[in-house]
Amino acid sequence: MKVIKIDKKDWAGGLERSRNTYKLIGPVKEKDKDISSFKPLGKDMLPDLDVMATSVSPKSIVFPQEEVMLTYTTDESKEDCNLFKSHDKDYSPRAVIGIRPFDAAAFLLVKKNFDTPDYRDPYWCDAYEACTFIGLAINNPDSLDFSPSTKTGPFDTSGLDVLLVETEDSYLAQVVTEKGEAYLNAAGWENEAGNGVDKQIGDMKKAAETKITSSISYDKIKSKEILDLYNADFWDQASFACINCGTCTYVCPTCWCFDIQDETRGKKGIRTKAWDSCMFPLFTIHTTGHNPRGTKLQRVRQRFMHKLKYFMDKYDDGIMCVGCGRCIRSCPVNIDIRSICETMNNYEPAK
Amino acid sequence: MLGYIDKIRGISEKLLTEEKVDMVIGFKKGTIPMMNEPFVARNASEVKDFVWDSNCGINLANYLTDRKETIGIIAKGCDSRSIVNHIIENKITREQLIIIGVPCKGMIDHHEISSMFDTEITEVTENGSDIIVKGTDFEETLKKDSFLQKNCKVCVHRNPVIHDELVADMVDEQKDVDRFEEVNKIEVMSQEEKWNYFNDLLSPCIRCYACRNACPLCFCPTCFVDESKPQWVGKGPDPVDTRTFHFLRAYHMVGRCTDCGSCVRACPMGIDVRAFTKKSEKDCFELYGWEAGLSIDKRPALETFKQNDPEDFIK
Repeated sequence: MKVIKIDKKDWAGGLERSRNTYKLIGPVKEKDKDISSFKPLGKDMLPDLDVMATSVSPKSIVFPQEEVMLTYTTDESKEDCNLFKSHDKDYSPRAVIGIRPFDAAAFLLVKKNFDTPDYRDPYWCDAYEACTFIGLAINNPDSLDFSPSTKTGPFDTSGLDVLLVETEDSYLAQVVTEKGEAYLNAAGWENEAGNGVDKQIGDMKKAAETKITSSISYDKIKSKEILDLYNADFWDQASFACINCGTCTYVCPTCWCFDIQDETRGKKGIRTKAWDSCMFPLFTIHTTGHNPRGTKLQRVRQRFMHKLKYFMDKYDDGIMCVGCGRCIRSCPVNIDIRSICETMNNYEPAK
Repeated sequence: MLGYIDKIRGISEKLLTEEKVDMVIGFKKGTIPMMNEPFVARNASEVKDFVWDSNCGINLANYLTDRKETIGIIAKGCDSRSIVNHIIENKITREQLIIIGVPCKGMIDHHEISSMFDTEITEVTENGSDIIVKGTDFEETLKKDSFLQKNCKVCVHRNPVIHDELVADMVDEQKDVDRFEEVNKIEVMSQEEKWNYFNDLLSPCIRCYACRNACPLCFCPTCFVDESKPQWVGKGPDPVDTRTFHFLRAYHMVGRCTDCGSCVRACPMGIDVRAFTKKSEKDCFELYGWEAGLSIDKRPALETFKQNDPEDFIK
């Protein structure tokens, strides 16, 4: 694979040159706070590459928390009264700088839902395709990173167009796709790294993987009956602490549920989609008032069954989790997906 | 406070063995630094999992709402005041509860400690008045008193106000604290400064409702933000909707908030939501001499009317 060597001294310069073709998005840390998120990088802003996993995942780049889908007017004097019209969108090229491999891999899992043989969600897909993912390998994984257990990892290139590997004075840019190569050209980075770079990256990858201390196993979940797990007695204790906020689902890079609403102000209206969460009672309430998931236990069970069982049964391609550790770090009451996964994997129904 | 553990386990074991309660609610050791998980023990063999340290900031009264069982509950000062609220607001009865009181010396501010270090914290332990913070390449000892949650710094009810058991001698209450220092700072701001201050405060909000759901007072069967017929508040992160949520929630807390700090502790974005509730706490205290959750025999400030109630704030 082609590897370009980017001198750190030319990092800011290259980013600046690429702005002629791309809008830049990258991790930004809030001053004096332990929170960070992916934001558009305005003029002179550089991505904060020390951030490991941003507080909120970068899924909002493709799937904003709230997004206008359509517009309408209720003004009867207008010809297009009560007709939905498409909303102008900007899908010009953008480069996501410094996204971590597990976050890029998360887009591939979410894509299974939004881009199917039967239906292509134009909002998600168009935004996704506008992105070039310039990822940054994780040299020093933190203690909550269990990405190798979920078929990604600190140097995984599966969701990326370029993988940057940081060395002392340079970034080694491994070109993964043509999109990636186009970005590097736009940035004016073209010095190919010399011999031995593949081994250097390989060694760094191995070193990073050995630093991973966290893991999960789900090898036995696939063969278990859905109803055995669904009716298992551990959900009561597992869900006790949960306060049913939406934090885990909102920070998660693979949670994709949303709600669609029409908002009218005066005679102008918009149809929007906004993140929703299976943790909220409102998520499933029927117009009759009946709620099929009316209890906390049912909602907690749904979240973990979807991620760790239903998804695996449906797509036969692992679990709906990339091991970023965000839900563990952010949960106000310390519900830990690793413990729940272990309980599910080891569960045997009473005979 | 580490010494409380044996006593907590002992009392809990006795209550469960003698079948005086169906369950005991406390904390178990968390899987990451500065976090413990609320935990219910339903039989004596589970009490070994109970822990107590300076990371038990979540208010356990939140887990009592509308329960039908008899319950043992571990309660520091603020939990006990929220339990009083629960009793006077008919969310649980006094007879259902055996309150295991824990005199408290304050909980540590995990947001503040996390933001101090650029690299990951892998372990936080405590030793008396010291907190030892470790990472892969550093170790630092901090004075616990300097890193308390903001609400704990100004707490004047560290001891449980209501209890059936007590795990240790009562601690001295803090006398020389300015409880309303933070509010006073905001009160003197100009209108524009206040507007900017609250906008900045709320700008990181992701509307996950962790603050609401961690709050022992937020037990409405359907919260106004979850109403859909009609829908009062938009679901997205529009600042107008975010402000509406926080402002209205704060008004629902008037005369009820005990400043337990659960909302701030729970917020994944570290927003000091107390900036709103603290003002209502101050007003209730100054106007009506009212402090929430101190007695099950008194009715709350906004529920009673006296002819000489102050009214000069009505314009």
